[in-house]
Amino acid sequence: MRYSALKVFTEGLTGNKGWKPVWREPDPKPEYDIVIVGGGGHGLATAYYLSNKFGVKNVAVIEKGWLGSGNVGRNTTIIRSNYLLEGNQPFYELSLKLWEGLEQDFNYNAMVSQRGILNLIHSDPQRDAFVRRGNAMRLSGADAEILDRDEIRAKCPYLDFDNGRFPIQGAIWQPRGGTVRHDAVAWGYARGADAKGVDIIQNCEVTGFQIDNGVCTGVETSRGAIRAKKVAVCVAGSSSRVMAQAGMRLPIESHVLQAFVTEGLKPTIPGVITFGAGHFYVSQSDKGGLVFGGDIDGYNTYAQRGNLPVVEDVCEGGMAIMPMIGRARLLRMWGGLMDMSMDGSPFIDKTHIDGLYFNGGWCYGGFKATPASGYCYAHLLAKDEPHPVARAYRLDRFLGGAPIDEKGQGAQPNLH
Amino acid sequence: MIINHPLLGPRDSAEFVYKGDANLIKRPDGMADGVEEAFHDYAYLRDNPAGEHRELWYHEQGDRSWLVVTRNTLTHDITNVELARDVARAQGRSR
Repeated sequence: MRYSALKVFTEGLTGNKGWKPVWREPDPKPEYDIVIVGGGGHGLATAYYLSNKFGVKNVAVIEKGWLGSGNVGRNTTIIRSNYLLEGNQPFYELSLKLWEGLEQDFNYNAMVSQRGILNLIHSDPQRDAFVRRGNAMRLSGADAEILDRDEIRAKCPYLDFDNGRFPIQGAIWQPRGGTVRHDAVAWGYARGADAKGVDIIQNCEVTGFQIDNGVCTGVETSRGAIRAKKVAVCVAGSSSRVMAQAGMRLPIESHVLQAFVTEGLKPTIPGVITFGAGHFYVSQSDKGGLVFGGDIDGYNTYAQRGNLPVVEDVCEGGMAIMPMIGRARLLRMWGGLMDMSMDGSPFIDKTHIDGLYFNGGWCYGGFKATPASGYCYAHLLAKDEPHPVARAYRLDRFLGGAPIDEKGQGAQPNLH
Repeated sequence: MIINHPLLGPRDSAEFVYKGDANLIKRPDGMADGVEEAFHDYAYLRDNPAGEHRELWYHEQGDRSWLVVTRNTLTHDITNVELARDVARAQGRSR
């Protein structure tokens, strides 16, 4: 069933009785060509691109909870391609390009809204760094402009330009950045994959891998064994737990990132705004709530909730650039598990076990990467070679001395 | 989270800086064979368990001691706190 304005109109006139579930609820078959472990944004995008772009049809996605129950349903929905390093920026620019065509591609309203992202500058060295970053972005084909105070004031007159400690001196502005309706991304990809015959199997937890002589031949699950020619893991915060079942240790720690939503307010924030002297980012949802977040809590955890010191830190960041935010009441706050890698950059790679593939280490930036992550993972699975923009995302890059460390923090995951 | 410091008593975890898995105390022998791989595994790979985790906390806003805290990563319950110095010496390190 294709969605269209006419369909919405006619269904509205006939009592909305013609809508049907958009994916099936199949039982697992005994064998697939490819089993994708993890039914979040990245897993579903991988299934979608495998079935729709690479012609691989005999695919299953297995998910321990319900579809999209992890980070794709609990992030702050920002999309952007404003990275610096060569290993990252072309990948994220591919992702932004895929976002731009996504709704037409999978015929689903994901509310992709390119309202722009504004990264504020508070010091001269930061301006130099952001100009350099802007040049790197433009070299990859992305868009970036340096704005002065007056240009920012025209967009956001309420910012605290003359803050005593962190005055705003300028900003880097990416007009093509913005926000997306996050759940719809999971649903749209699931619907598109299901339509091409991908089995999406919910409430099916992986309990082990079948590995014979260094070759992965399938998975054990809570709903029985499933054989597979290739097993593709992408389970974000659970990466270490799942891969431990294959005997692997990863360059990843799991941390919690908190996010916050205020009561609904009249339209006030045009796009996404980030604080350059602390860690705070904010956008406004279509319902009017200010959606914001900041740093991870900074200690290993699998509890999907954070602690109060970081709440204070995030709110201080908000007050520093936007004092009016103090008048808004907080409606909800929550936490999600981040697979923090040792250099802040992800992995899309084969493992040393034949037939077992790994996608993870997205830190707290996985949402914006969803389309390119799915596309490049599908490319790797279908062709057994990495997509050109994802070549650097290797699991063994630390051994070869080739980390992709945007922040230059070293092997200290809680600082990335 | 409250960390029960062995010398100072209960302290707010916000006074501390988190430094990761306590296995980082076990620095490999730099003169041994296969040292590149040993240091790669030491510096970059983590067990990252869901459940009990022994980890380093540095009391930066306090007495500057390093602690080994045993904490459950599913519940945030802290069950044991030791001075990292004592843990290192028990493993045969001089300090």
